[in-house]
Amino acid sequence: MKNKRSIVTGASRGIGLAVARELAARGSDVALVSRGGCDVQAKAIAEEFHVRAFSFACDVGDSCQVQEVFTAAIKALGGVDVLVNNAGVTRDGLVLRMKDEAFDEVIATDLRSVFLCTRAVAKSMLGARYGRIVNIASVNAIRAQAGQANYAAAKAGVIGLTKSNAMEFAGRGVTVNAVAPGFIDTDMTAVLSDEVRAKYAAQIPLGRLGQPEEVAKMVVFLASDDAKYVTGQIIGVDGGLNA
Amino acid sequence: MTQEEIFKKVTDVIVAKLEVKAEDVKPESEFSNDLGADSLDRVELVMALEDEFEVEILDSDAEKFLKVSDVVAFLEEKKK
Repeated sequence: MKNKRSIVTGASRGIGLAVARELAARGSDVALVSRGGCDVQAKAIAEEFHVRAFSFACDVGDSCQVQEVFTAAIKALGGVDVLVNNAGVTRDGLVLRMKDEAFDEVIATDLRSVFLCTRAVAKSMLGARYGRIVNIASVNAIRAQAGQANYAAAKAGVIGLTKSNAMEFAGRGVTVNAVAPGFIDTDMTAVLSDEVRAKYAAQIPLGRLGQPEEVAKMVVFLASDDAKYVTGQIIGVDGGLNA
Repeated sequence: MTQEEIFKKVTDVIVAKLEVKAEDVKPESEFSNDLGADSLDRVELVMALEDEFEVEILDSDAEKFLKVSDVVAFLEEKKK
């Protein structure tokens, strides 16, 4: 990934941070985007991997902010080769009790953001006739979980966007793929009780939750030139959960 | 801006975006048939024209661009 320029959303922690670190470890410059900014993480990456790393604060569900921040990020990097749409939140609850806001917030942050950020890099990537877009979906878009109507809908939407965008950009050397993580050991799953986590782990053929770094390896593969003939695909990194 | 000036500038944008030769760009050239533009090329072309001429081109207007002369006439009207 030498001389590549990557933008990662939701890069302050969890899978996003692991992806940003893995890209940097392979030599890519990175722009880390997160709601509150990630100056500390960007500084650490720059020092550890000797790449340029930038931090941007952005609500990726907000069109104006995305437009502004991505223009600045592409300018700082001097172009963009890789976009990883990772930002996501959960607001779990049963439909019977789910508030409009809980549905809308998840759709905005997890789905609308993918559209907005992709559009923000499209001109640059299509013009350059090169690009790698990797979206983070979820096993829960494929294999349902009660209490996640909003999240499942958003992530299923990400899969649809991935395929549609892959078709649109294929003629220009821009690939679009998605990774569907299973239960990964991040802050998002840390809120679950030990009992629930144990129950999940028991369902996973490989017998344990995944680590963010294990997802990052697949993301970086799809972002690399080794994956140049792969587009429109949804790749599970889930310990066999969806087998 | 005169019609010729607009045509010349439009030709420059078309040459850059569609990778065709300037001499192949004529007022009667059709984007799809003569210049080999697919739907994505057409969108990129319209965006490049918007930047170059500092105008906004609505999708409903862009849909009517069949030939190079359609674009020139549209821009001539816009830049009056």
